[in-house]
Amino acid sequence: MPLGHYLVLSGLLFAIGTAGVFLRRNLITLLLSVEIMLNAVNLAFVAFGRAHGHVDGQIITFFVMTVAAAEAAVGLALVIGLFRHRESLNPEAFTSLKW
Amino acid sequence: MATDALLFYAFAGVTVIGALLVVSQKNPVYSVLSLIGAFFGLAGLYVGLEAPFVAVVQIIIYAGAIMVLFLFVVMLLNVPREDAAEWDRSHPLYRPMAVRIGAAMAVLLALELGWALSRATDIGGAVNAEPNERISSVAELGEVLFTRYMFAFEVTSILIIAAMVGAVVLARKRQE
Repeated sequence: MPLGHYLVLSGLLFAIGTAGVFLRRNLITLLLSVEIMLNAVNLAFVAFGRAHGHVDGQIITFFVMTVAAAEAAVGLALVIGLFRHRESLNPEAFTSLKW
Repeated sequence: MATDALLFYAFAGVTVIGALLVVSQKNPVYSVLSLIGAFFGLAGLYVGLEAPFVAVVQIIIYAGAIMVLFLFVVMLLNVPREDAAEWDRSHPLYRPMAVRIGAAMAVLLALELGWALSRATDIGGAVNAEPNERISSVAELGEVLFTRYMFAFEVTSILIIAAMVGAVVLARKRQE
């Protein structure tokens, strides 16, 4: 498969994730959309690594996964805290700092 | 060669449809489950890219650990579905100015990406024309990870412990 196909697929996934962040009003789905974007970047890393014959692309993928795990843990803890506070997951409910 | 393309399109289709379902489902439980499906498609793509270890890690860590964490939180919170009627009224993207600017930016981004991809010269060559033993070997991966990326690997442990302490502190019940 040409490298371009993988890059187009990666761009498509990233666009879907971005659309999810902008269009959805649920904190959990927002976090899931961020995961889609991180995975799109992972795919581009692995495809470039394969095309250039390096293992570095795969290694960066592990670091991205670690960061994704940390982000999911802290993000979900924040979601639980916010839900306890307001009984809602709609980002519109948390605008106290807005002026 | 034909099976190669067939597998790519099959796995790419699974991934894209899974991602679209994540964004379009109203119920967060279905969103999480479709994302797990999309990750299985991505793992298939990684196998096609001769990265079997990344594929296995994708299933075990992502689909296994991170998504189960999401599923636990969704089920613990018993999250209400999004209300479509309220969504239409309150969504900031429905303000006319935001619609215009956002649409213009999206079109610009698509044009720019298409331009860049059409101008790139060396992306037409096949990624996996000749098999590469070195790149799919776990031993090689480990050697590079524990020599050239040693520092980043050690810093990762600090990141994880900070995230763990942060998550415990944030999710703890306040006792007054």
